[in-house]
Amino acid sequence: MLEIRNLHVSIEDKKILNGLNLTVHDGEVAAIMGPNGSGKSTLSYVIAGKEDYEIHDGEILLDGENVLEMEPDARAAAGIFLAFQYPLEIPGVATMTFLKAAMQAQRKARGEDELSTAEFMKRVRDQAGHLGIPQDMLKRGLNVGFSGGEKKRMEILQMALLEPKFCILDETDSGLDIDALKIVSEGVNRLRGKDRSFLVITHYQRLLNYIVPDTVHVMAHGQVVKSGGKELALELEANGYADYKTLAA
Amino acid sequence: MPAVKETVEQVKAIDVDQYKYGFETELEVDKAPKGLNEDIVRLISAKKNEPAWMLEWRLDAYRRWLTMREPTWARVDYPEIDFQDIHYYAAPKMNAAPKTIDDVDPAILDTYKKLGIPLREQEILAGVQQSKVAVDAVFDSVSVATTFKEELKKAGVIFCSISEAMREHPELVQKYIGTVVPVTDNYYATLNSAVFTDGSFVYVPKGVRCPMELSTYFRINEKNTGQFERTLIIAEEGAYVSYLEGCTAPQRDENQLHAAVVELIALDDAEIKYSTVQNWYPGDKDGKGGIYNFVTKRGDCRGKNSKISWTQVETGSAITWKYPSCILRGEGSRGEFYSIAVSNGRQQVDSGTKMIHLGKNTTSRIISKGISAGYSQNTYRGLVSAHRRATGARNFTNCDSLLIGNNCGAHTVPYIESKNGSAIFEHEATTSKISEDQLFYCMQRGLSEEEATALIVNGFVKDVLQQLPMEFAVEAQKLISISLEGSVG
Repeated sequence: MLEIRNLHVSIEDKKILNGLNLTVHDGEVAAIMGPNGSGKSTLSYVIAGKEDYEIHDGEILLDGENVLEMEPDARAAAGIFLAFQYPLEIPGVATMTFLKAAMQAQRKARGEDELSTAEFMKRVRDQAGHLGIPQDMLKRGLNVGFSGGEKKRMEILQMALLEPKFCILDETDSGLDIDALKIVSEGVNRLRGKDRSFLVITHYQRLLNYIVPDTVHVMAHGQVVKSGGKELALELEANGYADYKTLAA
Repeated sequence: MPAVKETVEQVKAIDVDQYKYGFETELEVDKAPKGLNEDIVRLISAKKNEPAWMLEWRLDAYRRWLTMREPTWARVDYPEIDFQDIHYYAAPKMNAAPKTIDDVDPAILDTYKKLGIPLREQEILAGVQQSKVAVDAVFDSVSVATTFKEELKKAGVIFCSISEAMREHPELVQKYIGTVVPVTDNYYATLNSAVFTDGSFVYVPKGVRCPMELSTYFRINEKNTGQFERTLIIAEEGAYVSYLEGCTAPQRDENQLHAAVVELIALDDAEIKYSTVQNWYPGDKDGKGGIYNFVTKRGDCRGKNSKISWTQVETGSAITWKYPSCILRGEGSRGEFYSIAVSNGRQQVDSGTKMIHLGKNTTSRIISKGISAGYSQNTYRGLVSAHRRATGARNFTNCDSLLIGNNCGAHTVPYIESKNGSAIFEHEATTSKISEDQLFYCMQRGLSEEEATALIVNGFVKDVLQQLPMEFAVEAQKLISISLEGSVG
């Protein structure tokens, strides 16, 4: 599904990623853990195509195709989805309007027919129902005045509707209470399937109790320094990141 | 290159070609010689077959104008205007005033058709437009056609050019003209009073709800010509009318002057809704050419519980100097001002409103949205005042500015004066920039950069667009997109 080879990235002359390698297979849920400043969020932005970063070397292949030359909207249409740690507010644009614009834009980019309004409404209602998102929230400006938990649920709703093949969850657990965490995790688990892979970025093992990963990768100093199964997360929880902070330095 | 930076590059690269109404119509023209003096004023009055009192009124205005100075307080910068270098009257040559639409020069009908304004009633009825809109078409200095006059007459509504009103309904014109915007109100209004050539006249009698939208479409065609139109709208007790105004001009290297006066009068329980989509030629990317738009618009809520509402979408003109205002005289009367002002290239906008609360329990609401791009400067200037007898006056003002790129400016200059302790005035203002993060967020969901910008801008102006009549809202939305082309799809 996704293969990152020897990725070197800097922002404002500060080197963030130092030859990162990572492979995520079809249907795999990979967790990325690591201390603050290890480059986890940078990795998610670079995959999605944020423009502030300078890429010195390396490639990111989605099903064998290098996405680094593609605009963010083209990457989205190709199936990359990033659930933001801090979703942006778009005042005056009803959530419903935004969802429809995004879905139609991706369909158009892939050469698919427009979705009928009836079908669109049905899908939104179904998915919003699963996530406990009330109808009146869909009429409000996107993310405007939403609580932290509501914003995260809205990210998962978008993910469910856009049906991407590669989903990145950037610290989706931050700012969530336990009930919201459950709802969001169930939303993610419902989307798991053999053709869809996930990259779950988190500080804490807690989220991985709900979204159980197939693999866990530890990041430090802009590299993946250790990989293992889900038990690696428990080990980190017990021992902290101290060992890894020195490992790559 | 970061997204916003790229947007700026694109805005910079905008060419004038995006102005879609810049063509010129070749016509034989009856034109007054250049310059302004008493003879020109007499000539205009004679061309219009005006009553003697009107000529005296004009001459009085002209003499007063000679003693006045151009105002300099607005945040706009332009070379001095040579008022002797302008033609004050230009009209397409016609043997007689056109009696029916078939007497109108086909070239003029074509011009309006090209602008998307069909003037033949059967074409309007057969067209895609679902609702009927009556149109008064003003071409340079004269009104060339007014549609649906007969149908409106049945309802008792008078809708015609002001020249015709002066001949057919002199008592109404004399009673109301200059009562809202006095002859000496300001430099441009005084000039207009002396040399105004045409414009629309609307009279809605007591208790009548005007059966269709009325509109005037202004077109400047002739070179070196100023357009000075005058519009007068009167809604008698309990009457209602919704009026729309649109404007375009050819693309030229010289600046042209447009100085209009609009007066609205609402008596007891009457309501006037006045909407403008202003799209005069804005000049090219270096600021060459474009219309100087110096306009005085004012509504007088003369009666109890009357209501006047201004909605404007301003995308054109090199310079805009315009403050549609409400005098809230009648007890319980209400004034509203909804505005979207878009500036790009080297455009300069200084616009806003005045809400003058004189009567008890008067209320007003101001929603202003300014969008600046390119190297433009966009100023909101507004006055809210309460007279000492305006007990219970209330105003709510919301001014938001959106910046696209790093070379433009947005300014908010509110004046608030209250002489009555019970008045409650609220003012909110924000200035924001389309952030790179917002654009990235939208693009991550699959929207192109242009779609994303358009979506964000549309969200920003939504509150005001909702106030426009349906057909105009769609046009306005398109216009905003065209004005920001390069940054918006």
